[in-house]
Amino acid sequence: MEMTRRDMLAFASALAAVGLIGIKPAEASTELLEEAINKFAGGMPESGGVSITAPEIAENGNTVPVEVEAPGATDILILADGNPNPDVATMHFGKLAAEQRGATRIRLAKTQNVVAVAKMQDGTYRMAKREVKVTIGGCGG
Amino acid sequence: MKKWIALGVMASIGMAASVGLADESATLTVEGQTIKTKHEAGDENPLGTVYSGWTFRSTETQVLQMDDFENPGFVMVEYGQELWETAEGSSGKSCASCHGDASESMKGLRAVMPKWHEEKDTLMTLEDHINWSRQEHQGAEPWKWESQEMLAMTAFIGLQSRGMPMNVSIDGKNAEWFEKGKDLYYTRVGQLDLACANCHEDNYGNMIRADHLSQGMINGFPVYRLKWSGMGSIHRRFSGCMKQVRGTPYKRGSDEFTALELYLAWRGNGLGVETPSVRN
Amino acid sequence: MAKVKPRVKVPRKAAPGDVITIKTLISHPMESGQRKDKKTGELIPRKIINRFDAKFEGEDIFSVDIAPAVSANPYFEFSVTVPGPGEFQFSWVDDDGSVYETKKKIKAA
Repeated sequence: MEMTRRDMLAFASALAAVGLIGIKPAEASTELLEEAINKFAGGMPESGGVSITAPEIAENGNTVPVEVEAPGATDILILADGNPNPDVATMHFGKLAAEQRGATRIRLAKTQNVVAVAKMQDGTYRMAKREVKVTIGGCGG
Repeated sequence: MKKWIALGVMASIGMAASVGLADESATLTVEGQTIKTKHEAGDENPLGTVYSGWTFRSTETQVLQMDDFENPGFVMVEYGQELWETAEGSSGKSCASCHGDASESMKGLRAVMPKWHEEKDTLMTLEDHINWSRQEHQGAEPWKWESQEMLAMTAFIGLQSRGMPMNVSIDGKNAEWFEKGKDLYYTRVGQLDLACANCHEDNYGNMIRADHLSQGMINGFPVYRLKWSGMGSIHRRFSGCMKQVRGTPYKRGSDEFTALELYLAWRGNGLGVETPSVRN
Repeated sequence: MAKVKPRVKVPRKAAPGDVITIKTLISHPMESGQRKDKKTGELIPRKIINRFDAKFEGEDIFSVDIAPAVSANPYFEFSVTVPGPGEFQFSWVDDDGSVYETKKKIKAA
Protein backbone atom coordinates (compact mmCIF):
# COMPACT_ATOMS: atom_id res chain seq x y z
CA MET A 1 0.00 0.00 0.00
CA GLU A 2 1.33 3.39 -0.90
CA MET A 3 0.83 6.18 1.53
CA THR A 4 -0.17 9.56 0.24
CA ARG A 5 0.85 12.73 2.02
CA ARG A 6 -2.70 13.07 3.27
CA ASP A 7 -2.63 9.52 4.66
CA MET A 8 0.62 10.28 6.40
CA LEU A 9 -0.79 13.37 8.02
CA ALA A 10 -3.90 11.54 9.11
CA PHE A 11 -1.77 8.72 10.48
CA ALA A 12 0.49 11.12 12.34
CA SER A 13 -2.40 13.00 13.90
CA ALA A 14 -4.04 9.73 14.90
CA LEU A 15 -0.81 8.72 16.62
CA ALA A 16 -0.59 12.11 18.26
CA ALA A 17 -4.17 11.77 19.42
CA VAL A 18 -3.38 8.61 21.31
CA GLY A 19 -0.30 10.23 22.73
CA LEU A 20 2.31 8.20 20.90
CA ILE A 21 4.08 11.29 19.63
CA GLY A 22 5.32 13.34 22.52
CA ILE A 23 6.09 17.01 22.46
CA LYS A 24 9.82 17.56 22.52
CA PRO A 25 10.78 18.59 26.04
CA ALA A 26 13.14 21.42 26.80
CA GLU A 27 16.73 20.22 27.00
CA ALA A 28 20.07 21.59 28.02
CA SER A 29 22.00 22.80 25.03
CA THR A 30 25.65 22.00 24.45
CA GLU A 31 26.16 25.64 25.37
CA LEU A 32 24.67 25.18 28.85
CA LEU A 33 26.74 22.04 29.37
CA GLU A 34 29.95 23.78 28.33
CA GLU A 35 29.07 26.74 30.51
CA ALA A 36 28.67 24.47 33.52
CA ILE A 37 31.97 22.70 32.83
CA ASN A 38 33.73 26.04 32.32
CA LYS A 39 32.36 27.44 35.54
CA PHE A 40 33.63 24.43 37.48
CA ALA A 41 36.93 23.79 35.71
CA GLY A 42 37.73 27.06 33.97
CA GLY A 43 38.03 25.33 30.60
CA MET A 44 37.60 21.95 28.89
CA PRO A 45 39.46 19.29 30.90
CA GLU A 46 41.28 16.33 29.42
CA SER A 47 39.59 12.95 29.33
CA GLY A 48 40.67 10.09 31.56
CA GLY A 49 41.18 9.52 35.25
CA VAL A 50 37.44 9.54 35.92
CA SER A 51 35.10 6.59 35.55
CA ILE A 52 31.33 6.54 35.28
CA THR A 53 29.37 3.36 35.97
CA ALA A 54 25.81 3.47 34.66
CA PRO A 55 23.49 1.09 32.81
CA GLU A 56 23.82 1.14 29.03
CA ILE A 57 20.03 1.12 28.82
CA ALA A 58 17.89 2.45 31.66
CA GLU A 59 14.44 0.93 32.02
CA ASN A 60 13.08 4.12 33.47
CA GLY A 61 14.65 7.55 33.36
CA ASN A 62 13.27 8.46 36.79
CA THR A 63 15.81 6.40 38.72
CA VAL A 64 19.08 5.67 36.96
CA PRO A 65 21.90 4.32 39.17
CA VAL A 66 25.14 6.18 38.54
CA GLU A 67 28.52 5.77 40.21
CA VAL A 68 31.52 8.04 39.64
CA GLU A 69 35.08 7.50 40.74
CA ALA A 70 38.25 9.58 40.33
CA PRO A 71 41.24 8.51 42.46
CA GLY A 72 42.93 11.58 43.88
CA ALA A 73 39.98 13.92 43.32
CA THR A 74 38.61 16.39 45.86
CA ASP A 75 35.34 17.04 44.05
CA ILE A 76 33.37 15.47 41.21
CA LEU A 77 30.76 17.42 39.24
CA ILE A 78 28.05 15.32 37.56
CA LEU A 79 26.13 16.74 34.59
CA ALA A 80 23.57 15.44 32.10
CA ASP A 81 23.37 17.08 28.68
CA GLY A 82 19.80 16.15 27.75
CA ASN A 83 17.92 17.39 30.80
CA PRO A 84 16.23 20.80 30.98
CA ASN A 85 19.13 21.86 33.21
CA PRO A 86 22.48 20.03 33.01
CA ASP A 87 23.25 20.16 36.76
CA VAL A 88 22.91 16.88 38.65
CA ALA A 89 25.19 16.94 41.70
CA THR A 90 28.63 17.86 42.96
CA MET A 91 30.27 15.36 45.30
CA HIS A 92 32.95 16.50 47.72
CA PHE A 93 35.42 14.09 49.34
CA GLY A 94 36.72 14.78 52.80
CA LYS A 95 39.84 13.53 54.60
CA LEU A 96 38.10 10.41 55.85
CA ALA A 97 36.78 9.29 52.46
CA ALA A 98 38.40 5.92 51.73
CA GLU A 99 38.02 6.32 47.98
CA GLN A 100 37.00 9.23 45.77
CA ARG A 101 33.92 7.34 44.73
CA GLY A 102 30.22 8.03 45.15
CA ALA A 103 27.00 6.45 43.91
CA THR A 104 23.54 7.94 43.56
CA ARG A 105 20.35 7.65 41.49
CA ILE A 106 19.50 10.31 38.95
CA ARG A 107 16.77 11.50 36.59
CA LEU A 108 17.40 11.43 32.85
CA ALA A 109 14.67 12.96 30.68
CA LYS A 110 15.75 10.96 27.61
CA THR A 111 18.75 9.22 26.06
CA GLN A 112 21.76 11.45 26.75
CA ASN A 113 25.32 11.74 28.02
CA VAL A 114 26.23 11.72 31.67
CA VAL A 115 29.36 13.81 32.18
CA ALA A 116 31.66 13.73 35.21
CA VAL A 117 34.32 16.38 35.81
CA ALA A 118 36.82 15.78 38.62
CA LYS A 119 38.89 18.38 40.39
CA MET A 120 42.16 16.75 41.40
CA GLN A 121 44.27 17.47 44.49
CA ASP A 122 46.90 19.24 42.37
CA GLY A 123 44.29 21.66 41.01
CA THR A 124 43.96 20.05 37.57
CA TYR A 125 40.70 18.76 36.13
CA ARG A 126 39.76 15.52 34.36
CA MET A 127 36.61 14.49 32.58
CA ALA A 128 34.58 11.48 31.43
CA LYS A 129 31.40 11.02 29.43
CA ARG A 130 29.03 8.10 29.12
CA GLU A 131 25.86 7.67 27.12
CA VAL A 132 22.79 6.19 28.81
CA LYS A 133 19.88 5.14 26.62
CA VAL A 134 16.55 5.79 28.25
CA THR A 135 13.71 3.65 26.99
CA ILE A 136 10.21 4.95 26.59
CA GLY A 137 7.97 2.32 28.08
CA GLY A 138 5.01 0.88 26.22
CA CYS A 139 2.79 0.91 29.25
CA GLY A 140 2.56 4.03 31.34
CA GLY A 141 0.12 2.47 33.76
CA MET B 1 26.69 -1.65 42.48
CA LYS B 2 29.15 -4.52 42.57
CA LYS B 3 26.28 -6.95 43.01
CA TRP B 4 24.63 -5.54 39.94
CA ILE B 5 27.71 -6.28 37.86
CA ALA B 6 28.00 -9.76 39.31
CA LEU B 7 24.36 -10.48 38.52
CA GLY B 8 24.85 -9.25 34.98
CA VAL B 9 27.67 -11.74 34.51
CA MET B 10 25.57 -14.54 35.94
CA ALA B 11 22.76 -13.65 33.61
CA SER B 12 24.93 -13.52 30.53
CA ILE B 13 26.25 -17.05 31.02
CA GLY B 14 22.72 -18.32 31.62
CA MET B 15 20.63 -20.12 29.02
CA ALA B 16 18.98 -18.12 26.28
CA ALA B 17 15.55 -17.22 27.57
CA SER B 18 12.80 -19.34 26.10
CA VAL B 19 9.96 -16.89 26.58
CA GLY B 20 11.95 -13.72 26.18
CA LEU B 21 12.66 -13.10 29.84
CA ALA B 22 15.40 -10.69 30.71
CA ASP B 23 17.40 -13.49 32.32
CA GLU B 24 15.69 -16.68 33.29
CA SER B 25 18.71 -17.81 35.27
CA ALA B 26 18.48 -14.88 37.71
CA THR B 27 17.44 -15.83 41.23
CA LEU B 28 15.61 -13.46 43.50
CA THR B 29 17.32 -13.58 46.88
CA VAL B 30 16.46 -11.00 49.50
CA GLU B 31 18.18 -10.87 52.88
CA GLY B 32 19.28 -14.48 52.48
CA GLN B 33 15.82 -15.73 51.51
CA THR B 34 15.17 -17.10 48.02
CA ILE B 35 11.78 -16.12 46.64
CA LYS B 36 10.11 -18.27 44.03
CA THR B 37 9.73 -16.31 40.77
CA LYS B 38 8.82 -19.24 38.51
CA HIS B 39 6.12 -21.81 39.13
CA GLU B 40 4.98 -24.78 37.05
CA ALA B 41 1.26 -24.42 37.55
CA GLY B 42 0.12 -27.19 35.24
CA ASP B 43 -2.87 -27.43 32.89
CA GLU B 44 -5.34 -25.81 35.22
CA ASN B 45 -3.61 -22.45 34.77
CA PRO B 46 -3.88 -20.92 31.28
CA LEU B 47 -0.24 -19.82 31.52
CA GLY B 48 1.18 -23.25 32.41
CA THR B 49 4.43 -21.74 33.67
CA VAL B 50 3.98 -18.68 35.82
CA TYR B 51 6.69 -15.97 36.07
CA SER B 52 6.93 -13.09 38.49
CA GLY B 53 7.15 -9.64 36.96
CA TRP B 54 10.62 -9.44 38.54
CA THR B 55 11.99 -11.87 35.92
CA PHE B 56 11.03 -9.49 33.09
CA ARG B 57 12.91 -6.50 34.47
CA SER B 58 16.41 -5.30 33.73
CA THR B 59 19.25 -6.18 36.06
CA GLU B 60 19.50 -2.74 37.64
CA THR B 61 15.79 -2.76 38.47
CA GLN B 62 16.04 -6.33 39.81
CA VAL B 63 18.87 -5.58 42.21
CA LEU B 64 16.92 -2.74 43.82
CA GLN B 65 14.61 -5.41 45.24
CA MET B 66 17.45 -7.65 46.43
CA ASP B 67 18.53 -5.44 49.31
CA ASP B 68 16.06 -4.06 51.82
CA PHE B 69 18.11 -0.92 52.23
CA GLU B 70 18.33 -0.15 48.54
CA ASN B 71 14.61 -0.92 48.03
CA PRO B 72 12.94 2.50 48.31
CA GLY B 73 9.69 0.74 49.29
CA PHE B 74 11.13 0.17 52.75
CA VAL B 75 10.62 3.80 53.66
CA MET B 76 6.92 2.99 53.43
CA VAL B 77 7.29 -0.30 55.30
CA GLU B 78 8.88 1.61 58.19
CA TYR B 79 6.07 4.16 58.12
CA GLY B 80 3.59 1.26 58.19
CA GLN B 81 5.28 -0.17 61.26
CA GLU B 82 4.94 3.20 63.01
CA LEU B 83 1.25 3.34 62.11
CA TRP B 84 0.82 -0.24 63.38
CA GLU B 85 1.92 0.94 66.81
CA THR B 86 -0.01 4.24 66.81
CA ALA B 87 -3.30 4.48 68.73
CA GLU B 88 -6.14 5.84 66.58
CA GLY B 89 -9.85 6.58 66.79
CA SER B 90 -12.33 6.58 69.65
CA SER B 91 -11.05 3.24 71.04
CA GLY B 92 -7.60 4.63 71.71
CA LYS B 93 -6.22 1.36 70.36
CA SER B 94 -3.47 0.72 67.86
CA CYS B 95 -3.33 -2.25 65.48
CA ALA B 96 -0.75 -3.72 67.86
CA SER B 97 -3.15 -3.45 70.85
CA CYS B 98 -5.18 -6.34 69.43
CA HIS B 99 -2.92 -7.98 66.85
CA GLY B 100 0.36 -7.78 68.76
CA ASP B 101 3.46 -8.69 66.81
CA ALA B 102 2.65 -8.36 63.12
CA SER B 103 5.36 -10.84 62.16
CA GLU B 104 3.19 -13.49 63.80
CA SER B 105 -0.37 -12.22 63.52
CA MET B 106 -0.15 -10.98 59.91
CA LYS B 107 2.06 -13.75 58.57
CA GLY B 108 0.50 -15.38 55.53
CA LEU B 109 -2.27 -12.84 55.09
CA ARG B 110 -1.01 -11.24 51.86
CA ALA B 111 -0.76 -14.69 50.27
CA VAL B 112 -4.49 -15.41 50.67
CA MET B 113 -5.90 -12.01 49.68
CA PRO B 114 -8.52 -11.17 48.55
CA LYS B 115 -10.42 -13.24 51.10
CA TRP B 116 -14.06 -13.83 52.02
CA HIS B 117 -15.23 -11.79 55.01
CA GLU B 118 -17.89 -13.74 56.91
CA GLU B 119 -19.32 -10.85 58.88
CA LYS B 120 -19.64 -8.51 55.90
CA ASP B 121 -20.55 -11.50 53.69
CA THR B 122 -18.46 -10.32 50.78
CA LEU B 123 -15.05 -10.72 49.16
CA MET B 124 -12.59 -8.24 50.62
CA THR B 125 -9.13 -7.05 49.63
CA LEU B 126 -6.38 -6.33 52.17
CA GLU B 127 -7.30 -2.63 51.97
CA ASP B 128 -10.95 -3.48 52.75
CA HIS B 129 -9.92 -5.61 55.73
CA ILE B 130 -7.75 -2.81 57.11
CA ASN B 131 -10.47 -0.19 56.80
CA TRP B 132 -13.06 -2.54 58.28
CA SER B 133 -10.87 -3.06 61.32
CA ARG B 134 -10.19 0.67 61.63
CA GLN B 135 -13.91 1.38 61.74
CA GLU B 136 -15.07 -1.63 63.75
CA HIS B 137 -12.24 -2.01 66.24
CA GLN B 138 -10.49 1.36 66.43
CA GLY B 139 -13.41 3.68 65.85
CA ALA B 140 -11.26 5.47 63.30
CA GLU B 141 -11.97 6.95 59.88
CA PRO B 142 -11.22 4.68 56.93
CA TRP B 143 -8.10 5.52 54.94
CA LYS B 144 -8.35 6.48 51.29
CA TRP B 145 -7.39 3.62 48.98
CA GLU B 146 -4.25 5.22 47.59
CA SER B 147 -3.29 7.26 50.66
CA GLN B 148 0.28 7.06 51.94
CA GLU B 149 -1.08 5.54 55.16
CA MET B 150 -2.92 2.74 53.36
CA LEU B 151 0.07 2.01 51.12
CA ALA B 152 2.39 1.99 54.13
CA MET B 153 0.11 -0.38 56.06
CA THR B 154 -0.44 -2.79 53.14
CA ALA B 155 3.34 -2.76 52.50
CA PHE B 156 4.09 -3.50 56.16
CA ILE B 157 1.46 -6.24 56.45
CA GLY B 158 2.42 -7.68 53.05
CA LEU B 159 6.08 -7.95 54.05
CA GLN B 160 5.13 -10.38 56.85
CA SER B 161 4.24 -12.92 54.13
CA ARG B 162 7.34 -12.38 51.99
CA GLY B 163 8.53 -15.60 50.41
CA MET B 164 5.33 -17.52 51.18
CA PRO B 165 3.54 -18.96 48.14
CA MET B 166 0.48 -17.12 46.86
CA ASN B 167 -2.47 -19.29 47.77
CA VAL B 168 -5.86 -17.66 47.23
CA SER B 169 -9.02 -19.72 47.43
CA ILE B 170 -11.47 -19.74 44.54
CA ASP B 171 -13.88 -22.19 46.15
CA GLY B 172 -17.20 -21.65 47.88
CA LYS B 173 -18.46 -18.12 47.80
CA ASN B 174 -15.30 -16.94 46.03
CA ALA B 175 -16.24 -18.95 42.92
CA GLU B 176 -18.73 -16.42 41.63
CA TRP B 177 -16.21 -13.58 42.02
CA PHE B 178 -13.58 -15.70 40.33
CA GLU B 179 -15.80 -16.16 37.28
CA LYS B 180 -16.53 -12.45 37.19
CA GLY B 181 -12.82 -11.65 37.36
CA LYS B 182 -12.08 -14.14 34.62
CA ASP B 183 -14.73 -12.54 32.40
CA LEU B 184 -13.15 -9.14 32.94
CA TYR B 185 -9.70 -10.53 32.14
CA TYR B 186 -10.81 -11.70 28.70
CA THR B 187 -13.11 -8.77 27.86
CA ARG B 188 -11.74 -6.27 25.35
CA VAL B 189 -12.07 -2.67 26.48
CA GLY B 190 -11.14 0.86 25.42
CA GLN B 191 -10.40 2.48 22.07
CA LEU B 192 -7.52 0.10 21.53
CA ASP B 193 -9.93 -2.79 22.09
CA LEU B 194 -7.60 -4.89 24.19
CA ALA B 195 -8.26 -7.35 26.98
CA CYS B 196 -5.76 -8.06 29.77
CA ALA B 197 -5.14 -11.39 28.04
CA ASN B 198 -4.02 -9.82 24.75
CA CYS B 199 -0.88 -8.43 26.35
CA HIS B 200 -0.29 -10.50 29.46
CA GLU B 201 -1.30 -13.97 28.26
CA ASP B 202 -0.76 -13.88 24.48
CA ASN B 203 2.29 -11.62 24.38
CA TYR B 204 4.24 -11.77 27.61
CA GLY B 205 7.97 -11.79 26.95
CA ASN B 206 7.48 -9.65 23.84
CA MET B 207 8.30 -5.99 23.64
CA ILE B 208 5.61 -3.33 23.57
CA ARG B 209 7.64 -0.46 22.21
CA ALA B 210 10.67 -0.48 24.52
CA ASP B 211 8.89 -2.18 27.40
CA HIS B 212 9.02 -5.85 28.23
CA LEU B 213 5.55 -7.33 28.71
CA SER B 214 5.12 -9.39 31.86
CA GLN B 215 2.39 -11.84 32.80
CA GLY B 216 0.75 -9.15 34.91
CA MET B 217 1.31 -10.90 38.24
CA ILE B 218 0.31 -9.20 41.49
CA ASN B 219 2.46 -11.10 44.01
CA GLY B 220 4.61 -8.07 44.85
CA PHE B 221 2.06 -5.37 45.73
CA PRO B 222 2.00 -2.68 46.84
CA VAL B 223 4.87 -2.03 44.45
CA TYR B 224 7.49 0.72 44.34
CA ARG B 225 7.48 1.83 40.72
CA LEU B 226 10.35 3.89 39.38
CA LYS B 227 7.90 5.54 36.99
CA TRP B 228 5.74 6.67 39.90
CA SER B 229 8.74 7.47 42.12
CA GLY B 230 6.60 5.92 44.80
CA MET B 231 4.31 3.10 45.84
CA GLY B 232 1.01 2.12 44.36
CA SER B 233 -1.76 -0.39 44.91
CA ILE B 234 -2.90 -3.27 42.74
CA HIS B 235 -5.98 -1.29 41.74
CA ARG B 236 -3.85 1.70 40.73
CA ARG B 237 -1.99 -0.57 38.33
CA PHE B 238 -5.27 -1.93 36.92
CA SER B 239 -6.46 1.61 36.48
CA GLY B 240 -3.25 2.53 34.64
CA CYS B 241 -3.59 -0.45 32.30
CA MET B 242 -7.17 0.48 31.46
CA LYS B 243 -6.13 4.06 30.70
CA GLN B 244 -3.33 2.76 28.46
CA VAL B 245 -5.87 0.98 26.27
CA ARG B 246 -7.88 4.23 26.25
CA GLY B 247 -10.63 2.81 28.38
CA THR B 248 -12.45 4.20 31.38
CA PRO B 249 -11.08 2.53 34.50
CA TYR B 250 -13.30 1.09 37.21
CA LYS B 251 -12.95 2.71 40.60
CA ARG B 252 -10.37 1.51 43.10
CA GLY B 253 -12.11 -0.79 45.54
CA SER B 254 -14.95 -1.50 43.07
CA ASP B 255 -16.43 -5.00 42.80
CA GLU B 256 -14.96 -5.24 39.31
CA PHE B 257 -11.38 -4.60 40.44
CA THR B 258 -11.81 -6.82 43.51
CA ALA B 259 -13.00 -9.67 41.26
CA LEU B 260 -10.11 -9.06 38.85
CA GLU B 261 -7.69 -9.03 41.79
CA LEU B 262 -8.96 -12.44 42.93
CA TYR B 263 -8.61 -13.85 39.42
CA LEU B 264 -5.08 -12.49 38.97
CA ALA B 265 -3.99 -13.59 42.43
CA TRP B 266 -5.15 -17.11 41.52
CA ARG B 267 -3.20 -17.06 38.26
CA GLY B 268 -0.12 -16.37 40.36
CA ASN B 269 -0.79 -19.05 43.00
CA GLY B 270 2.53 -20.72 43.77
CA LEU B 271 4.71 -17.63 43.24
CA GLY B 272 6.36 -16.22 46.35
CA VAL B 273 4.99 -13.02 47.87
CA GLU B 274 7.49 -10.23 47.04
CA THR B 275 5.93 -7.27 48.85
CA PRO B 276 7.29 -4.61 48.60
CA SER B 277 8.55 -5.29 45.08
CA VAL B 278 10.34 -2.83 42.78
CA ARG B 279 9.39 -2.41 39.14
CA ASN B 280 10.18 0.04 36.36
CA MET C 1 6.07 9.93 50.78
CA ALA C 2 4.23 10.84 53.84
CA LYS C 3 7.13 12.06 55.92
CA VAL C 4 10.69 13.07 55.33
CA LYS C 5 12.66 10.34 57.00
CA PRO C 6 16.36 9.53 56.75
CA ARG C 7 17.68 5.97 56.59
CA VAL C 8 21.34 5.09 56.99
CA LYS C 9 23.15 1.76 56.80
CA VAL C 10 26.44 1.60 58.69
CA PRO C 11 28.12 -1.57 60.00
CA ARG C 12 27.92 -1.84 63.82
CA LYS C 13 31.58 -2.59 64.29
CA ALA C 14 34.83 -1.87 62.52
CA ALA C 15 38.51 -1.97 63.41
CA PRO C 16 40.50 1.28 63.12
CA GLY C 17 41.69 1.62 59.52
CA ASP C 18 38.89 -0.56 58.10
CA VAL C 19 37.24 0.64 54.91
CA ILE C 20 33.45 0.45 55.13
CA THR C 21 30.64 1.34 52.73
CA ILE C 22 27.87 3.62 53.93
CA LYS C 23 24.47 3.81 52.24
CA THR C 24 22.01 6.62 52.88
CA LEU C 25 18.49 7.38 51.69
CA ILE C 26 15.98 10.02 52.68
CA SER C 27 12.29 9.89 51.81
CA HIS C 28 11.61 13.06 49.84
CA PRO C 29 9.65 13.78 46.63
CA MET C 30 12.43 15.99 45.17
CA GLU C 31 9.91 18.23 43.42
CA SER C 32 11.95 19.44 40.45
CA GLY C 33 10.17 22.69 39.68
CA GLN C 34 9.69 21.39 36.11
CA ARG C 35 6.37 19.64 36.64
CA LYS C 36 2.98 21.20 36.08
CA ASP C 37 -0.05 20.70 38.24
CA LYS C 38 -2.38 18.48 36.19
CA LYS C 39 -5.47 20.45 37.21
CA THR C 40 -4.34 24.08 37.16
CA GLY C 41 -1.57 23.80 34.55
CA GLU C 42 0.73 25.84 36.78
CA LEU C 43 4.30 24.91 37.60
CA ILE C 44 4.70 23.15 40.93
CA PRO C 45 7.39 25.09 42.85
CA ARG C 46 10.76 23.42 43.30
CA LYS C 47 11.29 21.73 46.67
CA ILE C 48 14.29 19.46 46.93
CA ILE C 49 16.97 18.28 49.28
CA ASN C 50 19.84 20.51 48.10
CA ARG C 51 22.69 19.38 50.35
CA PHE C 52 23.89 16.21 52.04
CA ASP C 53 26.75 15.94 54.55
CA ALA C 54 28.37 12.92 56.15
CA LYS C 55 30.88 13.44 58.97
CA PHE C 56 32.66 11.36 61.60
CA GLU C 57 33.15 13.10 64.93
CA GLY C 58 32.84 16.42 63.07
CA GLU C 59 35.39 15.51 60.38
CA ASP C 60 34.29 15.57 56.68
CA ILE C 61 33.82 12.30 54.84
CA PHE C 62 31.52 13.00 51.93
CA SER C 63 29.12 15.80 50.98
CA VAL C 64 27.00 16.61 47.96
CA ASP C 65 25.45 19.73 46.46
CA ILE C 66 22.27 18.44 44.89
CA ALA C 67 20.28 19.63 41.85
CA PRO C 68 16.69 18.61 40.96
CA ALA C 69 18.02 15.89 38.61
CA VAL C 70 18.72 13.62 41.59
CA SER C 71 15.86 11.08 41.92
CA ALA C 72 13.06 11.15 44.47
CA ASN C 73 14.13 9.59 47.78
CA PRO C 74 17.76 10.63 47.20
CA TYR C 75 20.25 7.83 47.68
CA PHE C 76 24.01 8.13 48.27
CA GLU C 77 26.63 5.45 48.71
CA PHE C 78 30.27 6.12 49.59
CA SER C 79 33.18 4.64 51.51
CA VAL C 80 35.06 5.72 54.59
CA THR C 81 38.22 4.74 56.41
CA VAL C 82 37.12 4.28 60.01
CA PRO C 83 39.56 6.05 62.38
CA GLY C 84 38.23 4.17 65.40
CA PRO C 85 35.10 3.88 67.49
CA GLY C 86 32.89 6.99 67.42
CA GLU C 87 29.86 8.62 65.91
CA PHE C 88 28.83 9.30 62.33
CA GLN C 89 26.70 12.39 61.72
CA PHE C 90 24.50 12.76 58.65
CA SER C 91 22.47 15.79 57.61
CA TRP C 92 20.19 16.74 54.74
CA VAL C 93 19.09 20.32 53.94
CA ASP C 94 15.68 21.00 52.39
CA ASP C 95 14.89 24.00 50.12
CA ASP C 96 12.46 25.15 52.81
CA GLY C 97 15.32 25.48 55.30
CA SER C 98 14.55 22.32 57.29
CA VAL C 99 17.55 20.25 58.27
CA TYR C 100 17.13 16.53 58.84
CA GLU C 101 19.75 14.81 60.93
CA THR C 102 20.62 11.32 62.07
CA LYS C 103 23.55 9.74 63.90
CA LYS C 104 25.09 6.27 64.03
CA LYS C 105 27.66 4.93 66.46
CA ILE C 106 30.31 2.46 65.44
CA LYS C 107 32.12 0.21 67.92
CA ALA C 108 35.63 -1.15 67.74
CA ALA C 109 35.68 -4.62 66.23
